[in-house]
Parts: sequence; C-alpha cells; structure tokens
Amino acid sequence: MYRRVSILLRKHFVSVLILCASIVIPFSAVKAADPAKGKQIFQQNCASCHNVHKKLTGPALAGVEGRWSDKKLLHQWIHNSASVLASGDKYANDLFNEYNKTAMTAFPALSNEDIDDILAFIKVEEAKPVGGAKPEGGTATAGAKEQGSDNSLLFGIITLILAVVALILMQINSNLNKLAGDKEGQPTPEPIPFYKNKAYIALAILVLFMVGGYFTIQGAIGLGRQKDYMPEQPIFYSHKVHAGINQINCLYCHAGAEKSKHAMIPSENICMNCHKAIKEYSGPELFTAEGKKVDGTAEIAKLYDYVGWDAEKGKYTKPGRPIEWTKIHNLPDHVYFNHSQHTVAGKQQCQTCHGNITEMDEVHQFADLSMGWCINCHRTTKVQFADNNYYSIFEKLHQDIKDKKIDSVTVEMVGGTECQKCHY
Amino acid sequence: MEQKKYWKGLEELHNTEAHQEIVKNEFREELPFESEGLLNATTPRRDFLKYLGFTTAAATIAASCETPVHKAIPYVNKPEEITPGVANYYASAYAIDGEYVPVVVKTREGRPIKIEGNTLSSITGGSTSAKVQGAVLSLYDVARLRFPTIGGTETTWTELDKQVGAALAGLGGAPAVLLSTSILSPTTKKVIDAFLAKYPNSRHVVYDPVSYSGMLLANEAAYGKRTIPSYHFENAKTIVSLGADFIGTWLNPVEYARQFAQTRKVSAKKPEMSKLFQFESNMSLTGANADERYTHKPSEAGAVALALLAAVGGSVSAPKLDAKVEAGVKKAANELKASAGKALVVSGSNDVNVQLIVNAINNIVGANGTTIDWANPSGYRQGIDADMAKLVGDMNAGSIGAVLVYGANPAYDYFDAAKFSEGLKKVKTSISFNDRLDETTELCKYAAPDHHFLENWNDAQGKPGYYSFAQPTISPLFKTRAAQDSLLAWTGNTTTWADYLKAEWISKLGSQEAWDKALQDGVVEPATAPALGGASFAGDIAGAAAKISSAKKGGKYELVLYEKVAIGNGRQSNNPWLQEMPDPITRATWDNYACISNTLAKTFSAELGDDYEINVEKKELKIKANGKEIVLPMLIIPGMHPEVIAIAVGYGRGKNVGRAAAEVGQNAYPLVSYNGQTFDYFAVDASVEATGKKYPVALTQTHNSYEGRPIVKETTLEEFKHNPKEVNEDREELKKFGKDFRSDATLYSSHPYPGIKWGMSIDLNTCFGCGACTIACQAENNVSVVGKDEVAKAHEMHWIRIDRYFSGDENNPEVVFQPMLCQHCDNAPCENVCPVGATNHSSEGINQMAYNRCIGTRYCANNCPYKVRRLNWRDWNGADSFENNLYDVADMNDNLTRMVLNPDVVVRSRGVMEKCSFCVQRLQEAKLEAKKAGHPMKDGAAKTACQQACGADAIVFGNVNDKNSEIYKIRNEEQTERMYYVLEETHVLPSINYLAKIRNKDAAPKKAEKESAHKEEAHHA
Repeated sequence: MYRRVSILLRKHFVSVLILCASIVIPFSAVKAADPAKGKQIFQQNCASCHNVHKKLTGPALAGVEGRWSDKKLLHQWIHNSASVLASGDKYANDLFNEYNKTAMTAFPALSNEDIDDILAFIKVEEAKPVGGAKPEGGTATAGAKEQGSDNSLLFGIITLILAVVALILMQINSNLNKLAGDKEGQPTPEPIPFYKNKAYIALAILVLFMVGGYFTIQGAIGLGRQKDYMPEQPIFYSHKVHAGINQINCLYCHAGAEKSKHAMIPSENICMNCHKAIKEYSGPELFTAEGKKVDGTAEIAKLYDYVGWDAEKGKYTKPGRPIEWTKIHNLPDHVYFNHSQHTVAGKQQCQTCHGNITEMDEVHQFADLSMGWCINCHRTTKVQFADNNYYSIFEKLHQDIKDKKIDSVTVEMVGGTECQKCHY
Repeated sequence: MEQKKYWKGLEELHNTEAHQEIVKNEFREELPFESEGLLNATTPRRDFLKYLGFTTAAATIAASCETPVHKAIPYVNKPEEITPGVANYYASAYAIDGEYVPVVVKTREGRPIKIEGNTLSSITGGSTSAKVQGAVLSLYDVARLRFPTIGGTETTWTELDKQVGAALAGLGGAPAVLLSTSILSPTTKKVIDAFLAKYPNSRHVVYDPVSYSGMLLANEAAYGKRTIPSYHFENAKTIVSLGADFIGTWLNPVEYARQFAQTRKVSAKKPEMSKLFQFESNMSLTGANADERYTHKPSEAGAVALALLAAVGGSVSAPKLDAKVEAGVKKAANELKASAGKALVVSGSNDVNVQLIVNAINNIVGANGTTIDWANPSGYRQGIDADMAKLVGDMNAGSIGAVLVYGANPAYDYFDAAKFSEGLKKVKTSISFNDRLDETTELCKYAAPDHHFLENWNDAQGKPGYYSFAQPTISPLFKTRAAQDSLLAWTGNTTTWADYLKAEWISKLGSQEAWDKALQDGVVEPATAPALGGASFAGDIAGAAAKISSAKKGGKYELVLYEKVAIGNGRQSNNPWLQEMPDPITRATWDNYACISNTLAKTFSAELGDDYEINVEKKELKIKANGKEIVLPMLIIPGMHPEVIAIAVGYGRGKNVGRAAAEVGQNAYPLVSYNGQTFDYFAVDASVEATGKKYPVALTQTHNSYEGRPIVKETTLEEFKHNPKEVNEDREELKKFGKDFRSDATLYSSHPYPGIKWGMSIDLNTCFGCGACTIACQAENNVSVVGKDEVAKAHEMHWIRIDRYFSGDENNPEVVFQPMLCQHCDNAPCENVCPVGATNHSSEGINQMAYNRCIGTRYCANNCPYKVRRLNWRDWNGADSFENNLYDVADMNDNLTRMVLNPDVVVRSRGVMEKCSFCVQRLQEAKLEAKKAGHPMKDGAAKTACQQACGADAIVFGNVNDKNSEIYKIRNEEQTERMYYVLEETHVLPSINYLAKIRNKDAAPKKAEKESAHKEEAHHA
C-alpha cells in the first residue's frame, strides 16, 4: 500500500497558477465523501501550501474541521477567503494574522462535495502516524522483478530441454539410419567430425563475418552517439518526483523552452522557490540505477549547501555556488537546434524527444539524437499549416490542399530537411 | 552605355606576363609538401603507404572513442533580463576622438558580440563604419591593461588614490594639465572642469593627433565661433571637396557619407543627383567616388582654394595653376554658382588661411544656413595645435606639476614625440587613463586604466540638443575604473560616475522615467529639428590670400600624410579585423607604404612589370622630408599626383600595444611639421630614393581575377536621362534564348521556391567602398583572421570583399567599387561539382554550405565564376581534431578574444570551404519570430549584417516572392533600367542584382572605333 505525500510547494503564485491551469475538475456527482478522490484533489490544489501534519505556508490540516465553528464557513473560506475575513469571523482573522496576512488562494471552482472529499481524505490521513506508513514499494518492485526473471528462466530452461531432446532425437535418428543401413549391408562411412566439415566452417565464417560486420558498422555509426546515456549527477534530482508525482509543469523550471534555443537548466533560485519550504523528502523511496537507496532529504541538503541556505535559520548564510550538472543531451557544435522552434512553432511535447521523463528518477538520453532521427521526424511531422498564418505565403501548397492533392503538409515540404536549416 | 575597360591593377591594364601566368594558375602556390626528398626518394610508394598507415592510425587515435563529458552549469541566481540563447540589445554611443555614432550593442549571455547603428539617431540614422563595427573586438583586446599600476607594478585603486591624492596635494600651485583628444561628453567635461578647478592654474589641453585646428581658427576668424559647424551634404547639389575625405575619414564620416548617399540615389523616374568635385594630391576614398577629380601638389592646396574663390567671384586674384586643374576649378566654380544655395565646399587642409578662403567661398555660394549650419555647431574636434605646442614647451621648462593623459597618445603621434617624452619625464606626477601600455602610458608613473566604452557610462553631444548615451553592456572585464570615477575621486567627490551622470541627466530631462527612456533609446533629440542658421562672414580675405601666395613653394617631390579608412589615426590599430581589412583604394592589408604614381615609379626604375603587384615583394623607398626619414615599400596607385608620395599615419605602434599592431608598418607622424600655428600634414620638399631592398606587402587586389569579363556597368547622368535603357542594352541579347531567359535558356527544370525566395540588390551608385560591410560580416559570421603572410598567399577569408576597378586615364582614373559576395545562384556551378553534396540549393534560394560535410576538394571554388568561395587553408580557430595545428597571428583564439564569437554561427575547421550564407542565422531567427507570432514575415524583419552596417543603404535584401517587398519593387518597378546581374549571360541565375553606376559628368565623346576595340577586348581578354 502506497501513501503518496505530495511535494509541498511553498506558496508561490506562479506555481499555483500553473497547477490551477493544469487541473480539470471532474464533475461526476459524488454522494458520500470519497477520501480517494479527495486525495487527488488535495494533491492538485492544496499540497503546494498545506500538509496534513505539518505547518507550511498554510496551517497543518489535521483536525481542521474541528477548528471551524461551521462547515459552511469553511466551504466559504476555501471558495473565497477574503469574504470570510470581511465578515469579521474571529477564527478566520486570527488565522490570517498568524500567517503574516497572507491570503489563501481562492478556489471558486471547487464544489462543496469536492471540499468534503478533501476533508474525508484528511480524516483518513489524521488516523495514520506522523510520517505515514513506510511504503513497501521497494519490495513489491523487487518481487515483480523476480517474477519477471522467473519467467525468462523458465523459458530458457524449456528451450534448453527442447534443444537437448531435439539433439537426442537427431542422434537416435542417425543411429537408426546407420543400423538400418548395416542391416541391408550398405556400409556407411565414418562421419567427419563437424569441426572439420568444410560446409560448417564456411557457414561459420560467413555468419561470423556478417555478425561482426554488423556490429562494427553499428559501433562506428554509434561513435559519439549517447543513447541511454545516464551519468551520475551531483544531486540526485528525480524528474519522476517533481514532474511525475507532483506534476510540476516542465516550463516552470525549463522556462527557456518556449523562448529560446536553450530549454535552460533552472538556476538555483528557481529550486529555492519551493525548497525554502520543502526541507524533507517524504515521498516513495528512491533508488539509483544500481539499486542503491537514496536519501532524498540529504539530497535537498546538498542543494542548500550549493546555494548557501541555512535551513535552520531560514536564510542565506553564504554565497551560492553553481551546480555542475553533467550534460546529457549533447548535440555537435555544427548543429543548430532551437527549443522554442519545436515547442511553440512546432507544438511538440517535451516527451517526443526526451521520452517519458515523468517516469525517470535519473534522466537518460531517450533518443539517439542522430541526424537520421531528426530527419525522419521532419519527414513525417505535420506543420500547423492551416492554423499558423505564417504559412499563408505557401500559396501552391494551399492550392494543393484545396485540390485534395495532399491532405497535410510535413516539415519536409516547407524545406525542413535542407542542410542550412540546422547547419550554419 | 559607355564601353570602357576596367582594370583592378595596372598589371591587368597592361596585361603583363606575370598577370597572364597568375590568371592561368588560380591557386598560385605549390602544394605544401614540407620534405623535398619525399618525391625523389627511391621508394616513394612505400613511404606513401607508411604515411597513409600512420595518418589513419593517428586519425583513429585522435578521434578517440571516448565521448567527452560536458558540464551544464546554470546560474545561481539568474538575472531576470537574461534568457540564455536570446540576445539583449543595449543602446550605447561610440564617441572616440570626436566621432559621434550612436549605436546599439547586441549581447548574448551578457557578452557584447556585435555593434549596430542606432536608427533612432537622426544624425547617423543607423549607419556605422568599419571602425565602429570593429570596436566590439577591442573590448576583448588581450593587450588591455588589467589593473592600475604605479611605476609599472600592480597596485590597488585605494593605494593609487592615496598616492595620486598625495601627489596632487603637493602640487603647490604648479598646474595640473588634463591632456585629451576631443571629448564629446558634456558631463565628462563638467567632471574635468571640477577637477581642474580644485588645482589652481590647471588647464585642459585638447590635442587631436589628426588636427582640425586650422578649421577651428578660421571659423573663429570668419564667424567668431571657434567650432565646427554641422554640415548638410544632403542639401547640396554641388559639392567641392578640397582634399577632404568626408566619406572615409574627415570629421564624422559616418554622418556625412549617409547624407551624401541621399543625393546619389538615382532612378529613371528621378534622374537627379549631386555632383562631386574633388581636388586632392593622393587618391582618397572620396576622390574615388567623385564625379570629377583633379590632382595637385599639397603645396598648391591654398592656390586651388584661392583660384576657386576668384572663380566664384571673390575679390582675389587667381594664382597660376596647372592647366587641367585650372579648367577643373572653372568648371567647379560654374557648378557652384549655378547651384547657389545648394552648394558646399569643404577642405581637408589644416591651414588657417586655406580654411578661411574656403569659408569665404561658402559664404559667396550661399552655403551658410543651407548646407552649413552655424546655429547648431557639431564640435566634433576641439584641439588647438598651439595649445599642445605650448604644453610641450612648458613641460620641458619644468613648469607643469602634473599631466593626466586621457585618450591622447602624444609619445606616439605628436610630430616631435621625443620632445614630448622628454618633457613628460620632467613632470613629477604623470598619470595615464589609457587602456593599454601605449607609448605615452609607458612613460607615465601612474596608470589608471579607463573602462572600455562598452563597459562604461557616458554621454555624447552630436550637436546642441542631440545627445547619445552609453551604458555598461558588460561588467568590467578587468580591474579597471572609469576615468571619470578617478577624476571624481581625486576631486574629493564621493559620488560615483554612474550616479553623477544620472543625477545630471535627471535634472536636465526632468524625471527618472525620461532618463530611463533616454537610456533605452540611446538618444535624446529635439522633437522638431531646429532651423539651420547662417552666419555673417567677417574674415580677412586679403590677408589670408597674401599669406597663401607667400607660402613656400614646393620642391621636386612632395609628401602628403593621410588617414586610412580602417586604421584612422592609429589609436585603435590593435584590431586584427581592421588591420586585415583591405584598404578601399590600395587593397593592401597589415601595412602602410608609400603610395606613388606609375610615372614616379618609373623614375626609380621600378618598372611596372613582373616584379610588381603579382609578387608580394615591393621595392623599398627611403623618403626624406622635414629632416626626418622613413623607409617604406612602394605601391603604385593610379590617380596619385605624379610628384607626390602619400603615406598613411597610424602604423608603427610600440611593442606593448598588442600583437596585431605592434611594429606593423612605420610611424609617419614624425613627418608632420608645425608651422607655428597649426600642424602641416604634408611636406613640400621631399626626397626619394630606392634602397635596393624589398619588403613584402599583402595586397588582395589581384586575387580572384575575372579575366576581363565585363561585370561593371556604368553610364553618365546625361546619357541616363536621355536614354535610361541604354545602360542595359546588352541584356537585349539574352532575348535570343526565348521570352524568359531563366527558363528558356536551359534544358533543366528550375528550382521551385514555394515560400520565400531571398534576393539582394546592391546599388553601385551609393556603394562608396568604405568596408563597413566587410567588418560587419566578419563580426557576425565569425570570419577568421589569417594574418599578413596568409593574405599574401590569397588565403584571406572575407565573405564580402569590395572589388575596386579603375577605368580610363592611368594617371587620373575613374574608380568603381563593387561589393562581391556569394551570389546564391539559382543554377549554381559550384553545386554541380561537389563530390559529396556539401553545397546545394535550398527552397528559399540560398546556396547552402554544409561545413561538416565538406571534404575540401575546392572543386566548387574552381567552378565559381565570382571567386567568392574561401577555403580554410589552416586551422585558424583551434577547431581541428588535432592539437597544435592552430595558426593564430593576432591573439584571436585567446579565451578572452573568443568571447566575441557569435554563438549562433559555428567556427570552421581546417580544410573546409566557406562563403557568404546570406546571414542565414538572422533569416532563421526572423522566420522563427514570425512563426511564433503566427504572421507572415514582414519585409525588413530579416536584415543581413552587411545591409545593416551600410550607412548609404546601398544594399537591399528581402523576399523576392513578396510583391510588397522593397527588393521586388526595385527589380520590377523602380530600377528596371539600371538593374542587371553580373555575368548574367552564363545563366548561373544569381540572387544578387546590381544597379548600374551613374556618374554625374559630361558624356564621353563617342569614339566608335575605340569603343568596338574595347568591346572586343572585353570579350576575349
């Protein structure tokens, strides 16, 4: 049984906006409060500022229902806290003052049922000891792994047995043939051992040559290519935890992806927007690719060390040092690549080139980033031909679409595979 | 159309044996086998195999399978305004030695990488010059001083302030002198005045190495204003220049060239243009662009001015002159009189009397208030030579307490540098703000290096009410400090220079918002331009005329000193880009030399022939004048006066000024003389003799021959008015191939251009050959510097060169400048011959060059009719896989210098062909912006670097498929009569068209016989 604790975002306007923008509130009618659904809503809306047990940007939510005199007032508070404050409710105003007069973000889109779901979820959480049940994911995964290897072993053994049986049968067949021959008085010559058989030798050489040649060529082409490259980074930063579990928008950190040729590795002040508040890691256990367990909290401490943040005192105490990440996606110098071209003009998802990044604890290079890979995509990907007015100058192609000669326009058709689109 | 023969050099005109040889062998050097014995060895085959084996093995090891680990290091705290990969632009001002050019600086990740003109300035309108374009490289000059020094040893600013403070406090009434070149910054002047006020008897001496004292004093005598007026060449119909190179070097050439260009734009609908007369001794850039040009000796400059004054109706008697010049003066005078009120006379003389006569002429022809504005004087130069001479005297007399040198470098460029240096030694406290250990700073006790202007705050005044501002575009690279900060500190003012300037301008402009806007725009100008003002002339003409008449007559030979367009007065000469820029006239790089006419050359038995121009070795001449002598190689320059030798100043710098400039050429400043009032940049009695030795000069003029194919078209204004179509008459011949030459003259189908088709138009009438485009291209496209030895081997890398052609009289030829760059042919000969498909055609009409695919066969270069492809013969950039192959003669690969590289353009490695790409990175960026915004590309959104740099707007670039674009209109509506393609008959279908040159001169008398003979020659030469 998992218990996922969401990453605790410090109250930060942009991140909240992004999170708000990314959620779709389900409208299915729910009769009884559903803690499972509440958990989901909680993670999407509340977790950036609230924890059940800990005080963050906002108060710890354990026992929240008991603290409010009226559940209706609580609903109103969540929908629009300012109106409750204006009504002069004492508890609300005390709370407001306690948290440095930081108003709670209004969530008018949450229905009363949604809020009840959240409260149900909080109640369930309250019952658990602080820190939550330790996940058993590690063993579960290991179990699954064993299961997987069991299968292949089984197949292997069966294949081996069948092969031995086939060999024995062939031998028996050969012996029977020999016996039958002897009986009929036909002498059979002593068989040549297979290692002296010229046909076998020729065949073996041919196979060796082909296999060797194949791997040599593949190796030569692959020189300088780094598919699946997964270097160790100075901080064990998990994209799975940030972008996967906590669903932080990629552009929150990689802000350059829509503006610049570089997606940009976020500067440390971006990390600290959230990690001023999030001091501990309490999500699922993390493991390196080698299976070593990673202490998430210690990794956050590494970040603090780099930026010179003293978590105890809650302030910067020494000058920051840059983190020297190891670059994973390397293009040769003679290639010009522009992220914004692909994300804005081309409307491509990050995952198209970077793979299922939300599942990667440690990032590896998903695509081989070879020219063939680029070109193939340019040949098959359609441009926003009708929607983007830039392409209105391609009159002939528009005519061809009208005449039903073609149904869409690929990148290649507007010159996207020419040398000097990427090499200059 | 006038049929004439064009020649790049005299050897081509005379078709010498060596010239024929060189035309045959395009690649003139032997293959660079180092070991002679290799091919003669007994077993060359085995050796070959050995080498082959070794190199293969070496290459395998060099291209080792280890993949290097790259680091990605983000900011700790990212500055809000910086997005890596996106350029920021900051307005700034180039105001060095009295030139005023508001600029915009492009920075990437905080590094300035390119300077563009500021289009918001009405004075320069976004123009730049080669010097301005090159200034960004000087920021990263490795020879800059990196910290303050006392007596040559590093110190801290606190210590320096302490010591200087003590020294200044101990002056005891002895004057402190601030010695600078012309300063355009009003606030800096205020800081200086405050400083000088603190120390009694102190003064500010302005010293310009190339002085305009004569002009300042003449203006004072004539109009009571010791200043330089504003000139308005754009209002002039007739311009007479008496040796003023206002397109290249005179006062503020960026401004004047732009104004002049406005009068040279001609179309069949508006067949009007100004007429420029040039009277000069050597061939200047302005002379090369003149409609009528006459040569005289420098000693006759006054006489020419007098004759002109007499001819326009002045009450002086005309002195006797050479018949040709006399006729020219008459003609010029008639034109001046005919266009009174739209006439302008300018003079490059530094003689008060000559300038006074010029003032008198301008007064008569009604220039005051129309082409010369006295109400808003520019003040581009302020130096008075006598002040400097007095200072040097005082220094030697020991009466000066302290000298603070700010920008000036008299130990190098003062005519009597030894005396200055001697005097400086007698000054107890000598302080230099100069940026490097130049000749003067070497002698100073304290060095307090100033910021580079791109690191500093500043303001500059173009003319009253017209200001430009500089702001830091990068944090100071070194432990330097603004000179203004130093002065403020030594005045006892604790305000920083930045705050001082800000406070000053907020009080002038009224608010912080207005100051912010001023910084963002880079300029502050009046909403409506102030009216031009005249002035009443009150000069003593008779006195000046008498002095001119009694001036010393010249000897057999005379010497004239001039400034080169790129190097100027030599202050910024440690700039490899500018050093390698071929001089517009001589096409020489990396040197100065003695320019002489062919006639004079013959007297030294330096016959034009196999020895000359083809061979880089030139005969050396020893020139004596004013009691000094100088030894320089000679260059034969058509258009030189036969008895005049011309030498450029700005060379022969000291050994500490940097690798590019140190000990290149000879210092010609010692040949300047002082006439008691002003400096004379000529010598009337020079002697010349050959030393018998030779010296190599790297010329580019004979590289890339067209073998006599006609590529320039020109006509006269008169003929153009009469029959505008005549200039393109030969295009009629193309009609024999069918209705549409493009499709009917070939069997092959043509490329489709479904979206954009790029095209460029170059107006030969407004291209003055100044070279700003060459340097702009070099900065934008990371074009390599190769050094003198390699230029001599024709290995220069410039993507855009400006071919200079002479025609007509060998002693006074007409000149045409033709920028030549890749023509991006639609039927490109280079594309067909590449064995690896490294160069091919794009759907936008660009002839693409994929460097990483190129294997360096050079077939493309051999097949290019325009000779615009450049091979990387060596590893100029350290881009080789092999180490230690780097060939760098000018510190271009220092980590500091490499900061100037444009990160959007790769540096090319050895063995790779390169050429103009139409600035494809700019085109891609402009297209991407349009795509992201979701609208079609706007005309003018994509500008090439050369186009943007050109102040005369000679280059127009755009999408030919867009019927609303300027380029489309030029080709199909406005300039159909002048528009032609170079070598059109070869059906290579270039994407660049030229507009025929039109001269405003009398139509040539038709000589049918001679004409046909020339035609013959042109086709078969």
